[in-house]
Amino acid sequence: MSAVAPPSTAVGTLARGRAAQRRYPLRPQHVIVALLLLIYPLVATDFWTLQIGAQALLLGVIALSLMFLAGYGAMVSLAQMTVAGLAAYMMAIFGVSAIPLSLGWPWWIVVPLSLVIATLFATFVGALSVRTEGIYTIMITLAIGMAVFYLAQQNYTVFNGFDGFKGLEPPVLFDVNWRGPLPFYYLCLTVAALCYFAVLYLSRSTFGLSMQAIRDNPRRMRALGFDVNLHRIAAYAIAGFLAALGGVLFAWYNGRVSPGSIGIHSIIGILIIGVMGGLRHPIGPFVGAIVYVLMQTFAIDFIDRERFNTLIGTVFLLTVLFSSDGLLGLWDGMQRRLTAPRARRQRSAVPSEEG
Amino acid sequence: MRLFILTFLNGLTLGALYFMVASGFTLVFGLMRQVNLAHGSLYLLGGYVGYEVAQASGSWFVGVAAGFASMAVAGLLLQVVLFRHMEGQDLRQTLVTIAISIIAADLMLARWGGLTYQFDPPEWLFGATPMPLINAYPTYRLALLATAIVIGLLLWFFLTKTRVGMMIRAGVDDRAILSATGVNVQRVFAITFAIGAGLAGFAGVVGGTALSIAPGEDNRYLLASLVVVIVGGMGSVPGAAIGAVLVGLAEQFGLAYTPTYGIAYTFLIMVLVLAIRPQGILGRPT
Repeated sequence: MSAVAPPSTAVGTLARGRAAQRRYPLRPQHVIVALLLLIYPLVATDFWTLQIGAQALLLGVIALSLMFLAGYGAMVSLAQMTVAGLAAYMMAIFGVSAIPLSLGWPWWIVVPLSLVIATLFATFVGALSVRTEGIYTIMITLAIGMAVFYLAQQNYTVFNGFDGFKGLEPPVLFDVNWRGPLPFYYLCLTVAALCYFAVLYLSRSTFGLSMQAIRDNPRRMRALGFDVNLHRIAAYAIAGFLAALGGVLFAWYNGRVSPGSIGIHSIIGILIIGVMGGLRHPIGPFVGAIVYVLMQTFAIDFIDRERFNTLIGTVFLLTVLFSSDGLLGLWDGMQRRLTAPRARRQRSAVPSEEG
Repeated sequence: MRLFILTFLNGLTLGALYFMVASGFTLVFGLMRQVNLAHGSLYLLGGYVGYEVAQASGSWFVGVAAGFASMAVAGLLLQVVLFRHMEGQDLRQTLVTIAISIIAADLMLARWGGLTYQFDPPEWLFGATPMPLINAYPTYRLALLATAIVIGLLLWFFLTKTRVGMMIRAGVDDRAILSATGVNVQRVFAITFAIGAGLAGFAGVVGGTALSIAPGEDNRYLLASLVVVIVGGMGSVPGAAIGAVLVGLAEQFGLAYTPTYGIAYTFLIMVLVLAIRPQGILGRPT
């Protein structure tokens, strides 16, 4: 392998410095979307605010963590729902719930503790799976996710087995009941917006550019002196923190957490949200989450409620079969870059980074 | 001591079952680099089809044959209709298999409901065999062990002594060169997929007889297959045998001695292998 290969685009951007990446163009549609999101609960009913709005936002945050790994690192981790679910379980185990197993610690200890434990777990998952590449990542993270599910289901001393925990509630703070539709929606919106802009910022930081360069050509980055595995593990940690934030909201939204919350259907649900919305830009997971939640809620109107999985599976299948966008386009591009002769490699496009 | 021997035998026979499921999974992965996450669905569907046929024909053996044949045909169709059009797109194929597994699980639930089905195998298979130290052990489980060994030997013979088997092994090593030598790679792929899927269906009936068939079993055997091939090395049939025995033993000893943490041992084995030898015990570095 020759060492004088022309720099791939992300590496080139990294080398040219960050000045060009620093621009955050604010277009009219951004303002409109922001205003709509802020006004939405004032015109919508409680049902639409909570069940559709808040739920889509918190699922979007969890799927955003998948987007961060898959879009910038080409690592499709199926353990993101497990990380979120673990955070929710920690909220229940250390915090207050209707089950005597809970320790009942105050929220201002429990929330940071849950975030830390879930992030550490995600880092551990990352450390295990970055030593292999591509398709192996899916297998390993899926195996880990399913193993945690079976552990939660069969263990009654810590996870309370099949029943899990119920009666989880957000704290009453500043005389506001945060479980109310309006406050909870704005809480989710705030977290989602912070996560969204954090991912957007990170994608343009040195770290984010290094990640994208590693995604495009790990061998070259290794040759340039970058610690590829360490970057990937760090990405898992960051994504884990995002998923954990989503998990805390998840616990408060559902008021309960059980093995079903981290079962295969929930794991795949996050994947479907990510793929449907597109995994190239951080807005994708939120778009996917809205579609997913709407389908979940209104499936009963055009198909038997019991057959929701057939519906969502079919939609997912069609998306994968007929859409080359998002993740799939990225994957194909990566495959082409890896297999095509170098002459064609130079022309390969980078994913657009418009915000 | 009695508990230890019983647990050991249980682990071994469970490993035998896992080997039957996972050998097809690892064969398909090794040749086509395709992770068939619908492999568990093939197991469960094979079990259901075998049950229906066994009930209708009154013969358990016809049921076993039907489980194998129906899933072999299903696998062939999947390969010819879907996967051959997505060659080289690993991720896309994997996502498609996930979608298929969701739909299949839901439709099976609609057709067969949440009930647990029990087979009635022939009398002479279902008794107990006298054994030293533990008095007796279910004959069926011993037969399961023997069947897995026979399947392992047949696979070994097929892969090393027959022409198609050699093509498959050559394909595992280098697909491009294999097709350059004039071999119809698509046909080799289709045969491999049919065998892999057929083995899953076969295991569905045989395993369903040892335990039972019910919704959710598809995920259990998918997890088992994943862990077995991660531990044993992807694409290696002997590796699948080692992995299956390890996972079977870990699961049974875990259940016998620390009931609520049983799965943790399986997990621990996977973590250790990934930490020490990421490509699996008999896997080759990529």
